[in-house]
Amino acid sequence: MKKKIFLLLFFLITFESYGYENLDNKIFKNLRCLVCQGQTVHDSNSEFALTIKSVVKDKISEGKNEKEIYDFLSEKYGDWILLNPPLKKSSYLLWFLPYFLFVLGIIFLFFLLKKPKIRP
Amino acid sequence: MKQINYIIVSILFSAIFVVLYLSLGNEKIYDTEDLVGKKIPEVEINLFENSGVLNTKEFTNNEFTILNFWASWCAPCRKEHPNLVRLSKITNLKMVGINFKDDKSNAKNFLQENGNPFDILAKDKLGKKSVNFGIYGIPETILIDSELKILKKYIGPLNIKDVNEIRKIVKK
Repeated sequence: MKKKIFLLLFFLITFESYGYENLDNKIFKNLRCLVCQGQTVHDSNSEFALTIKSVVKDKISEGKNEKEIYDFLSEKYGDWILLNPPLKKSSYLLWFLPYFLFVLGIIFLFFLLKKPKIRP
Repeated sequence: MKQINYIIVSILFSAIFVVLYLSLGNEKIYDTEDLVGKKIPEVEINLFENSGVLNTKEFTNNEFTILNFWASWCAPCRKEHPNLVRLSKITNLKMVGINFKDDKSNAKNFLQENGNPFDILAKDKLGKKSVNFGIYGIPETILIDSELKILKKYIGPLNIKDVNEIRKIVKK
């Protein structure tokens, strides 16, 4: 019985902390290190990245969700800090241009591969 | 039909070329210009000398306030210090220094050596409070008015041109 309780507690604690750790890392990986060359906060050990990691951890323990944390940081540092920019009027082109080009490519291929009609 | 294909391909290539060419000239350097015009948040920061706290709300009592983020280990801070001393002579400008991730005795020595331009001295030992002001490196300086609105934000050491600009703004 003691063993079972011990195992139950062990798994509860492990999964609890695993969930938090995952959220930390997920957020760190979507934040740009502003003082680094093309690195995320997750990958960097710069002073800036360490401070942001610490602030994100604080916000999570305060009960803030992922979106609230992104909103807080983008309010302070602009959308540039987010590696996954939000859908806004100014980023419509960024989000929809690839789809537009994809459709354009399909139309182009359709006409290119269309067999000419054999005339009798 | 072939002609249409050539036209589509050339339009696509031209578009890619234009985008790449424009991107070459567009040097993306992060700045916090977006913060200008916004209000600074209400934050409590520990005072440097004692256990008291400084609330940013208190800045509403000043006509203009300079918030300078500095540290004794930061070489550009040493370079800009004479300019802060110059600014401290402006009567309607309150100087607030926020000592950033620093050792207390080193910071004290720094001010003894170079002079203390600050009316109020606070500290951000872990650097977390500074995130509220969009600080990502030091030195950084924020000029705010009595409504706590950010009038200017300087990234990097203040130079004499910045000092003259601040003088002009607070004289208006």
